[in-house]
This record gives sequence, C-alpha cells and structure tokens, in this order.
Amino acid sequence: MTEFLQFTLGGVSFGMVYAAIALSLVLIWRGTRILNYAQGAMAMFTTYIALTVITHTGSYWEGFVVALAAGLVLGAVAERTVIRPVESKPPLNAVVVTIGLLVLIEGIAGIVYGGQYRSFPAAFSVTGLYAGSVPLGISRNDLFVAGAVLLAALALAAMFRYTSAGLRLRAAAFNAYAARLLGVRVGRVLTLGWALAGLIGALAGLLVSPNTFLYPASMDSIFVLGFTAAVIGGLDSPVGAIVGGLILGVVLNYVGGYLGPNLVPIFGLVALMAVLLIRPSGLFSVTHERRV
Amino acid sequence: MTLLRHLAAAVVAGAVIWAASVQLNAFRDFQMAEIAVYVVAIAGLSVLIGLSGQISLGHGAFMAVGAYTTALLMMHLNWAWWAVFPASAAVAAAGGAVVGLAAARLHGPYLAGATLLLAVALPSLANQFPGVFGGDQGLSVTVLAPASLGAAFPQTRWLAWICALAALITLVVLANLARSRVGRDWRAIRDDPVAAALAGLNVAWLRVLAFIVSAACAGLAGAMLAVTTSLVSPGSFTLSLSIALLAGAVLGGLGTLLGALWGGLVIVLVPTYVTDVATSHGLSGGVAANVPIAAYGVVLIVVMLVFPYGIQGGLRRLATRFLPTPPARIGTPGRLPSADDDKGPDSPYRRPPVGEHQEEGTS
Repeated sequence: MTEFLQFTLGGVSFGMVYAAIALSLVLIWRGTRILNYAQGAMAMFTTYIALTVITHTGSYWEGFVVALAAGLVLGAVAERTVIRPVESKPPLNAVVVTIGLLVLIEGIAGIVYGGQYRSFPAAFSVTGLYAGSVPLGISRNDLFVAGAVLLAALALAAMFRYTSAGLRLRAAAFNAYAARLLGVRVGRVLTLGWALAGLIGALAGLLVSPNTFLYPASMDSIFVLGFTAAVIGGLDSPVGAIVGGLILGVVLNYVGGYLGPNLVPIFGLVALMAVLLIRPSGLFSVTHERRV
Repeated sequence: MTLLRHLAAAVVAGAVIWAASVQLNAFRDFQMAEIAVYVVAIAGLSVLIGLSGQISLGHGAFMAVGAYTTALLMMHLNWAWWAVFPASAAVAAAGGAVVGLAAARLHGPYLAGATLLLAVALPSLANQFPGVFGGDQGLSVTVLAPASLGAAFPQTRWLAWICALAALITLVVLANLARSRVGRDWRAIRDDPVAAALAGLNVAWLRVLAFIVSAACAGLAGAMLAVTTSLVSPGSFTLSLSIALLAGAVLGGLGTLLGALWGGLVIVLVPTYVTDVATSHGLSGGVAANVPIAAYGVVLIVVMLVFPYGIQGGLRRLATRFLPTPPARIGTPGRLPSADDDKGPDSPYRRPPVGEHQEEGTS
C-alpha cells in the first residue's frame, strides 16, 4: 500500500512534466496546426543554457529565469525563420522541418556542450518526505515541479481568458481569416504562441533534468511521452494536456515501479496506440467534421 | 518490358559494383556494403512517404527487428545469410503490418508521432530481456566468405557483394511494384484518398500494404547492417538512425528509387568525410561526431524549404531543361512537397489534365 502511494505521488510529479510538454504542443497546435517535434530539443538546449549560467553565477534562480527567457526567444525565432514558410504547406512538410530542427539543435548541443551526461541541480531538496513514518516517495523538489507546472498552466489560462493578447491568440486559433479581417496581426500572434510554447517547454526541461541528467538526446523520451499525453488529452485542449499528462505519468510510474523501468517507453507506445485507435481525437475533444 | 529494363539496369549496376569492389580496399568495400544497407532502407521509406503519402519516423525500429531476427536465427538455428535475409524481411514486414494497421487510421502529425515513439521505445526491449537480446552488449553476427573463394579473399568484399546483391534485388522489386497497379493505386490514395475510395480502391488496405513493403525493406536493411557490422546492439538503432533515413529519403527525392541511391551515398560518405575534416582541423572526436547530426538537420530544413524535389527531382529538372527532347515521362517525386502544385506546366508537381495517361517515373 505504501508502495502504491509512493508510485502514485511520484507519478504525479513526472506527469506534470509530461503535462508541461503537452501544454506547449497544444499551444502551437491550436495556433498553427503544426506539431513541433523540436519542442523537446529546444527544452534540452535552454536547460544547457541554464546550466551554464548556474555554473558561472552559482545561482539556480538566475539560470532558471535565463532559461525561460531563452525558451521564449528560441520559440519565436524558430517560428519566424523556419516554420513560417511551411505553415501554408501540406502537413508533412512541417513534420520534416520540425524534425530537422530537432536534430539540428541536438547536433549543435553536442558540438557546443559535448555528449557526456551532466547532472543538473534541483531547485529544492530531493530527499524524500514522510507523513509520520510513512515515506511518500516524493521530495520537496517534486512538490515544486508539480506546483510550477500548475502555476504556469493557470497563468496561461488567465492570460488567454483575461488579456487582449490572449483574446487575439484565441481569435487567431479559432479562425485566422476572420481574425485577420478584424485587425488581428495573425503572424505576430502565431509568433507569440510559439514563444509561449518555448517558455513552457523550457520550464519542463528545467524541471525534469535533475531526474534524467542532461545530454543532447535527454529530452527525446520525455518529449514522446509529452506528445502521448497531448494526444490522450486531445491536441486541442489545454486542460486535456494537463489531465493526459497526469494520467500518463501515474500509469507509467506504476509500470516502471512494478514491472521495470525499461518497459516504460513500450507502455507509452501501447497507451498512445490505444488512444489513437479507440478515440483518435483524444479524451477531451469535441468532434469536428472533416472537410474532404 | 519494364521488368526486363529494370533487370538489365540491375545487371549493369551489378557488374559495375563487382568491378569496383575488386579495385577497392577493405574499408571502401565496407563502405559499399553500408551504402547498400542505407539504399535499401531509404528506398523503402521513400516508397512509403513519396508514393503512399504516409510518413514514418520509426524505420530504425524496423531495422532493429530485422537485425535482431538475423542475429537470433544465425546464433540459434545456424541459418545461412541467404535464408536469413528474406526471413528478417518477413519478420519486419509482420511488424510493419501491425504498425500499418494502426497507421492506416492516422494521418500526418499523429502518424509521425506514433512512429517516433516506436523508434524511441523499441530498442529498450533489448535491455528488458537481456537473456534473449544480449542487453546493451548486443549479439554478435558472423558471416564468412565461402571457402571456395580462397583463404586470402577479403571478408569485407564478400559482405559488399551480398549486400549489393540484396540491394539490387530490392530495387528491382520496388521499381516494378511502383510501376504496377499497386504503385498507381498508392499514388491515387496519396493524392486524394476520397476520390480513390470512390473509384473502388481499398484505401486502408493499400496504406497497410505500403507499410508492409516499407518495413520489409527496413528489415532487410537491418539484416544487412547486422552482418556488415557483425554486431546487433540497441545503440545502433537510436532515433538518429531513423532520422538519418528520413534525411536521406528527403535529400534524394521522395518517391524516387534513384533518389534513394543518392540518399544512401550521402548518408554514408558525407558523415565520414565531415568527421575526417573536423578531426583533422583539431576538433575533438565528440564534437566531430555531432557535426553530421547537425548537418542532417540543416539538410532536412533547407531541402524542405528551398528545393523539396531533392537531388533526383533537381536532376530531372536539369534534364528537362537541357536535353533537346525532354524525357517522355516526368515523374512527380511525391505528394509531400506539392505546395507549388499550381505553378503551371513547368512544375514537376502539376497534376495531369483529366484523361491524360498518368504514368510516373520511378527511377
């Protein structure tokens, strides 16, 4: 029973990271109908930037803020330079371009920082917490992970709901043509969406790297599971992304805990296939007609 | 007729390869075998993306299936290479059927994501069952040249021969398939699945079939890779392998088999060359190994943005521009880069007017 509790709580912590990746994918998907396969690689790179800042200044939080800002910039730059030309083209072109971006960033990271595994500091203590004498299987840092993602999601929701930039984002995602007629500068709005996604992705990278170590391909498996979470929730739904991430995190933590950690990616694949075959539009989606 | 032409081309190519392999040293023979491996895998992927319009980022996983099948059959049952190659292709094809069944219902980004997860997830099975698959250490595979060739015969030359033979057979089969009814049906479902279904084509089955064919090629390539490198380990089948295959297919020109040859040449020769240049300029090995990875990324982005036709498409355009009589059949290298469809009659992507007999080149 204690074990079960530990796996559940630990799963929530991992699940929030998947949720953050999923959220960044959903942000971009709603605006541009593009899945950014480079999201994980971008997060990896901003985490390297954070590590550099941390080793130079000795302050975790300076690195944290710089990485978030770098994610913002990286997302915007990626959209402006390589994504803009394929936005109006068939979906497979965008897939290939974002895959290209993924390997380009991983290659650059390998050139600049080398391929060795590096440890990344955690924001708070990673020693396990106890409820009385019962070990909970989570640490203060896990609480911080869950809280940070939740806070980011709420801030994002508030921004979408209450600010004019959020309104423009929603308008552009709802109907780019109509939004343009109403004076929304859709191009800028899309860039903003990519920038925000870059920021959320950077947050995910910062939060997960103390657990996974940092190396050029370190975010690959995190990214594919984040993608799975986004699909579980339905690519259009931010709430679905969070819930999908939580479900996936907890289930995969049971798999890893009871059956062995090597099976986690395989079960992720099984979960993704199951969702895609049973309910391809995700658990939280409304049905759309498909124009042929 | 077409079959004879393809066979004749293959025989000529085989003769050239034989003549070259005798001249080359052991390392170049090894590279030749490697090129054959990549040509087979890229050709299969190129047919999948360019002809049937489905993408796969997980072909490295199918290669892993083929390679582990090869290793297990050779270790436990002592099968000869000529029996193992088709068997590995068949096992990978079965895997392709399973993935294809799921894939037939998916499109675009969903399919790409699912196959991406496949590429990341499958190699971890080798670590889960180290007793069977040898864990991180992997399994070793040995193919020896027949004794009748003499004791002094270089092993790598024999590997180059059997790999080149397998590659030529694969290319002939694919070329005929692409020209056959199945190939035309694939183009039909790629360009307009609804119209194809209305015309009586079984869209789902054709999609699955494309995955089966493509996975069989990848499985064969995996078997060839296993005997070439004499080792099968999870480290050989990382995501970057799948992405290298995609880069090769895109660079060569999607949907063209000659494009697969260009892709294979570039994927094998350029990284070696770049790494050599980088190390000779005093860069450390770790840095030099990452230069080709970054280069794949640049290739994928630049080719997609600037010349989505790939090398083979570019060569064809040159041919049509400079040859006095343009080739009778100008192929469309694939639905994928087709955003410029309406650029007018010069575009290789123009759709033929209704009634024009559409017969696309595949080589």
